[in-house]
Amino acid sequence: MLCKRLIPCLDVRDGQVVKGVKFAGHVVMGDIVDLAQRYRDAGADELVFYDIKASTVGGVVERSWISRIAELLDIPFCVAGGIHSVDSARAVLAAGADKVSVNSKALERPELIGEIARSIGNQSVVVGIDSQWIDGDWFVFQYTGSSKTMRHTGRRTVDWVREVEQRGAGEIVLNCMDQDGVRAGYDLDQLRAVRAATSLPLIASGGAGTTQHFVEVFQRADVDGALAAGVFHSGDLTIAAVKDALRLAGLEVRL
Amino acid sequence: MNIAVVDTGGANLRSVTNALTRLGAEWRLTSDPALIKAADKVLLPGVGAAADTMAKLNHAHLVPVLQGLTQPILGICLGMQLLFSSSAEGDVAGLGLIPGRVTRLTADQAVRIPHMGWNQLTRRLEDPLLQGITADDYVYFVHSYRAPDGPWVTAWTEHGGEVPAVVRWQHVHGVQFHPEKSQTAGARILENFLKL
Repeated sequence: MLCKRLIPCLDVRDGQVVKGVKFAGHVVMGDIVDLAQRYRDAGADELVFYDIKASTVGGVVERSWISRIAELLDIPFCVAGGIHSVDSARAVLAAGADKVSVNSKALERPELIGEIARSIGNQSVVVGIDSQWIDGDWFVFQYTGSSKTMRHTGRRTVDWVREVEQRGAGEIVLNCMDQDGVRAGYDLDQLRAVRAATSLPLIASGGAGTTQHFVEVFQRADVDGALAAGVFHSGDLTIAAVKDALRLAGLEVRL
Repeated sequence: MNIAVVDTGGANLRSVTNALTRLGAEWRLTSDPALIKAADKVLLPGVGAAADTMAKLNHAHLVPVLQGLTQPILGICLGMQLLFSSSAEGDVAGLGLIPGRVTRLTADQAVRIPHMGWNQLTRRLEDPLLQGITADDYVYFVHSYRAPDGPWVTAWTEHGGEVPAVVRWQHVHGVQFHPEKSQTAGARILENFLKL
């Protein structure tokens, strides 16, 4: 049986892994290759590297860290941030990444999803969706990196999910903004609504705080993977502990 | 040992060559018919769409070259699907090294397409490629199409039924998953191929 996937997400700036600290911006957590290998050895099924600088500054970005990771990493990884064209997607894959994730740029120009899918294959195109409950429904938000740039797109989340599947996405990461960073559990209602709207693999993001939250999201929202950042980076949860809990609950996990 | 990795024009051939490097193997990424013919082992990676990749192989005049090989050849993912006679993906002719047609996986409530993630192998026939691999090992799959079943299937995986995962037909081998991204089990399978 296909395993449920645990996917740590690492924020990258200038080739180093950083984490956001309230009122202090970002602090460096360590070298990207060391951390990638550490998570691989800890049992991560896949990794996401979110290039935070690429996404806020734009333009040509320094990506040599992708090939450094690819030389050593023998599990799949996805790069998010700064993918704005077929060429930039191909460059990221050529450096050794397995998938690219697009978000705000796809909202700007939805054709981008199909263009990238035709060039590198659907399976390598992840669409990230930042979504929150507002005015009686879930809506998609854009440029959520900072409160100054964030924008309500007016698109219903479920509609956008159907559209990106139609356009050739191979996987969806749903970042539930109301839960993000709160560690009170994944947004099960929203994930269930999106699950019902697509047959693509669906990855839950936002809200993980305990092993039970992971069990819940797989059992009750039937997602294919769960992405988490802070709870793993802080050491509050280990991947092994989460996998033990999932296995005890009768879910299929690797290792 | 002289290994040719066929340059199918895909954007991420690097994953395969990185895995060979990690195994200490010498490889050459090439679309030169002479180098491919002279290689001890041939790898046919592939990510993307069947029709595009076949068009690239045709353009490089590689179809008869690959059809004429007698040394071990290993198709990976789309590369495995191209070993068959035809594919429903873009309704295109394949290399015809193994009979049958590649078809789309069928989605339902519990079966997502693409089939993406870690899954296990169930052995059906002895296969040197799977030496040391057990029913507990996991390998990484990413695909939306499936190879036809038949006597060439040496192992399958479960995704809405038995999906061919490893095939072997004389000197022709194929794996539907990505050994280069399947950690220890994947490295072992690649190593087994290099030892054939």
